[in-house]
Amino acid sequence: MISVQNVHKSFGDLEVLKGVSLDVEKGEVVSVIGGSGSGKSTLLYCINAIETINSGKILVDGVDVHAKETNKDKLRQKLGMVFQQWNSFPHMTVLENAALAPRIVKKMSRDEAMEIAKKELEHVGLGDKLDVYPTKMSGGQQQRLAIARALAMKPDYMLLDEVTSALDPELVGEVLDTLRLLAEEGMTMICVTHEMGFARDVSDRVAYFHQGVIAEIGEARQVITDPQNPLTQKFLSKVR
Amino acid sequence: MDYEFHWNIVFQNMPELLNGAFVTLHVSVLAMFLGVVIAILLAIAKMNNSKPFCYVATVWVEVARNTPALFQIYMAYFGLGAFGIHLSPYVAVLSALVFINAGYLTETFRGGFQSIPATQYSASKSLGMTSIQAYRYIILPQMLRRIYHPMTNQFVWSILMSSLGILVGMSELSGTTQRLQSLSFRTLEFFIVAAVMYFVITKLVLFTSSLLARRLFKGEI
Ligand SMILES: Nc1ncnc2c1ncn2[C@@H]1O[C@H](COP(=O)(O)OP(=O)(O)OP(=O)(O)O)[C@@H](O)[C@H]1O
Ligand SMILES: [Mg+2]
Repeated sequence: MISVQNVHKSFGDLEVLKGVSLDVEKGEVVSVIGGSGSGKSTLLYCINAIETINSGKILVDGVDVHAKETNKDKLRQKLGMVFQQWNSFPHMTVLENAALAPRIVKKMSRDEAMEIAKKELEHVGLGDKLDVYPTKMSGGQQQRLAIARALAMKPDYMLLDEVTSALDPELVGEVLDTLRLLAEEGMTMICVTHEMGFARDVSDRVAYFHQGVIAEIGEARQVITDPQNPLTQKFLSKVR
Repeated sequence: MDYEFHWNIVFQNMPELLNGAFVTLHVSVLAMFLGVVIAILLAIAKMNNSKPFCYVATVWVEVARNTPALFQIYMAYFGLGAFGIHLSPYVAVLSALVFINAGYLTETFRGGFQSIPATQYSASKSLGMTSIQAYRYIILPQMLRRIYHPMTNQFVWSILMSSLGILVGMSELSGTTQRLQSLSFRTLEFFIVAAVMYFVITKLVLFTSSLLARRLFKGEI
C-alpha cells in the first residue's frame, strides 16, 4: 500500500503540494487529473523519492520513503515509473533497455535478465522489436518500451506520468491498451492522465488536483460523470 | 619545369625520417592523453561552479582557444626560458600541445555532458540504479559517442600542429626534414615525402578510430 499523508512540498517560495493525502491499496488503479502546474507530477516524484518533501510522510508498504535511513535505490525497485517524455536509452537495443536494470540492479544472470525482459516486451507487444534501436521506433512504441522496462523489475506499483500526452493522437490508443491490460492483471497503478475516458473506464478511483490539493476524490465513474466539487465541474467542462 | 627531382638522398635518410615520424606520433599521443585527463578535471571544475577552480578553468580555456599555437610554443620554450625554466624542445612542444588540447577538449566534454538530457538520469534512478550505475551504464556511454569524433579531430590536429616543433629545433618529423634538406639542398623532395608521411599518419589514425568506433558503438550514434 502507498500512503501519502499530509505532504507539503515547495520549490523555493512556490508551494506546489499543500497538504496532500492519498491511500492507494494493493491492486487499485487511481487516476490523477487536474490542470497544468497543479502538482501532479511532483506528487509522483515525491512518492519515488526523486524529489524530497518538506513535511508530511509517504509510506510504501509501511516504509517511510523520505526517512534518512531508507535505501532509496532499493525502494525504487518496487516502484516502476514511466515519464511523460519517453526516455529509452538510445545506445542500447530494445532488449538491452529492458534487461539492463534486472541485470545490474537485481544482479540477475545475463540469460535470466534477457528472459524476463523478453517476456515483458512481448507483454507490451514489442516481441518483434528486440534487436531494434529505440530511436528507430515511434513514440508509442518507445513509451511501451518504457513500460516494459519498468515491468521487467517486477515492481509492486507503477507510477505513470501522462504517458500518452507527448504522443501523436494516433499512437495514444496502443499505449492506453497496454495500461488497460496491466490494470486487468491487477497491477497497482497511479496514473496521472489527461485521458478522461481512460480515467473513467480503467481506474477504480479518480483524484482531481487543484493548486496543490486534492479537491475531489471518489469512485472513477462518479467523479468523471457526476463531479460534486464546482472546481472539478469547471475543469471537466473545459477538457471535454 | 626545370627542377630535377633526386629521390635517392631522401631514401638514404629514410630511417631518420621514420624516427622523426615516430617522435611526432609519440608527442601527439602523450599530448592527447594528458590533455584528456586535464580536460576532464577542467570540465568538472567548470560545471561545478566551485569558484577558484571554475576561474582557473575558464582562463585556461579562453587563452588556449584564442591564442595561436605558435605563440604558446614560444612561451613554453623562450618565455619560460627567460624565467630560468629551460624546457627541452620536446617538453616545450608537449606542454603547449597539452595546454591547447586540454582547452579545446574541456569544452567538448562539457558540451557532450550537457547534451545528455537530465531525464536519462532520472529514468535510470527510477529503475533502482545507483548514481554510479547511472553514470557508468547510461550517461557516460552516450557522452562518449558524442565526444568521440571531436576527440579524434583534436588528435589529428595535434599531430599536424606538432610540426611547429621545427621552430624550436625539435627533431620530430618536420624538424628532421628541415635539417636533412638543409644538408642536402633537396628541399622539395624532403618536404614532399614528409607531407606524404603526415598524410599517411593522419589517415591511419582516422581509419583506426572509425574501426574502433564501429566496434564500440554498435547502436545509434
Ligand atoms: N524542479 C522544479 N523546480 C522549480 N519548480 C518546479 C520544479 N518542478 C516543478 N515545478 C513547479 O511546480 C509546479 C507544479 O509542477 P508539476 O510538474 O507537478 O505540475 P503538473 O500538475 O504535473 O502539471 P502538468 O500537467 O503541466 O504536467 C509548477 O508550477 C512547476 O513550474
Ligand atoms: Mg506533469
